[in-house]
Amino acid sequence: AGAGGGNDIQWCFSQVKGAVDDDVAEADIISTVEFNHSGELLATGDKGGRVVIFQQEQENKTQSHSRGEYNVYSTFQSHEPEFDYLKSLEIEEKINKIRWLPQKNAAQFLLSTNDKTIKLWKISERDKRPEGYNLKEEDGRYRDPTTVTTLRVPVFRPMDLMVEASPRRIFANAHTYHINSISINSDYETYLSADDLRINLWHLEITDRSFNIVDIKPANMEELTEVITAAEFHPNSCSTFVYSSSKGTIRLCDMRASALCDRHSKLFEEPEDPSNRSFFSEIISSISDVKFSHSGRYMMTRDYLSVKIWDLNMENRPVETYQVHEYLRSKLCSLYENDCIFDKFECCWNGLDIVMTGSYNNFFRMFDRNSKRDVTLEASRENNKPRTVLKPRKVCASGKRKKDEISVDSLDFNKKILHTAWHPKENIIAVATTNNLYIFQDKMN
Amino acid sequence: QEMEDKVISPEKAEEAKLKARYPHLGQKPGGSDFLRKRLQKGQKYFDSGDYNMAKAKMKNKQLPAAAPDKTEVTGDHIPTPQDLPQRKPSLVASKLAG
Repeated sequence: AGAGGGNDIQWCFSQVKGAVDDDVAEADIISTVEFNHSGELLATGDKGGRVVIFQQEQENKTQSHSRGEYNVYSTFQSHEPEFDYLKSLEIEEKINKIRWLPQKNAAQFLLSTNDKTIKLWKISERDKRPEGYNLKEEDGRYRDPTTVTTLRVPVFRPMDLMVEASPRRIFANAHTYHINSISINSDYETYLSADDLRINLWHLEITDRSFNIVDIKPANMEELTEVITAAEFHPNSCSTFVYSSSKGTIRLCDMRASALCDRHSKLFEEPEDPSNRSFFSEIISSISDVKFSHSGRYMMTRDYLSVKIWDLNMENRPVETYQVHEYLRSKLCSLYENDCIFDKFECCWNGLDIVMTGSYNNFFRMFDRNSKRDVTLEASRENNKPRTVLKPRKVCASGKRKKDEISVDSLDFNKKILHTAWHPKENIIAVATTNNLYIFQDKMN
Repeated sequence: QEMEDKVISPEKAEEAKLKARYPHLGQKPGGSDFLRKRLQKGQKYFDSGDYNMAKAKMKNKQLPAAAPDKTEVTGDHIPTPQDLPQRKPSLVASKLAG
């Protein structure tokens, strides 16, 4: 009872962002969540093509019991709906992914992408403005030059902080299919974008061309058997990247081997017992997310029912497998009928030894690789007293339901947690429900 | 035959349920049909077959004016950019920023 996940981290509610009402506008559906490299900024993207960035307050020395809160820093419309008349294709403005660049100067940069176009956004602060022009009044009107009798040097005076977002690069027209991933290389100069069948390599400065590095489109589309579902650069090795497929495989490629990395360097695949195969096998084996550990030694994949940890040195099976919601295996028929079986859950690391992923009923799960303990927590406004430790949840698969347990049939499959993020340095997590963003922190004593 | 097994895996039981409801379900599960549907996401309006059929019907008639009501644009009349419901970008700020 009371199994803690992760060295018994005690998670407490910190904040929740978003509307309270149950009537969710489609545009408000959160589609991606990402901390920047320092953890000071937290970005969200939504189905309406908007990006909202939160900034952590500076720690208040007197309030040692909690870390700074996240408040709105900037918000902008990143992408807009488009219509491709040539192909009769509606292009959604939904932000599929946001990835931050490491900070090089005062401004912050991030890449955001929808199905077809990637944009580099610069977010900069303005907190002073020049005053005391010779030829202009303070309101901008020009002064009559004949009234100017002395010269003065304009000076910068403080003003209310203004945060401006401007698109600095637009990387367009390189994807026939729908972009599912972007990943910035450890060289901080290039990045990859992956769609269902192809992966392209871009230079951050160059928008009019990109290199195609993976192409799995068959000559005859009738022969199509698998698609690319996610891709990521290795955190340290700038020539290495991985991509996952709808058949549950992960391929590691080395760009030094050839210009077109259609032949993998490594293929990670867990052998399947053919006698266990069912209609659902391939669908539930489809990998929805792949993430490297901070060291790059391990990678994590998420398929419909489980999270797997792979050692890059071992291709024939994962080193660890964690069941996220195994009780759903006996509900696959209805999950197929209501399309939930196609939900794409993401997963994230604390970097080394704890992994987190979402589930249904606004539950999310954490697995501690060291202690092998796991915990189920809930993102709900009912638990919103700051510094109150979240109570672990339990789903009762069958049989007699204990008090405080929830039966599988009572789970709300419309309340999905698909996107979660872990602060790069601290035990702060961001969990997105359909249209709300929850921030939890560990209890500090 | 599966009923004779003492232990049916939950997954196979679910499969049997699905096949009972949809006996004509594709022989190649999780295969090309799924994937092609996935690749075609966003293609709502018409495809070239639809377009050619509509064109053939129109051969002896005038092209119809755009329908006054903006219902689903497929089949009988050739859509023009004006017919397609405009999807305006959100002018409303995200509620997360509220």
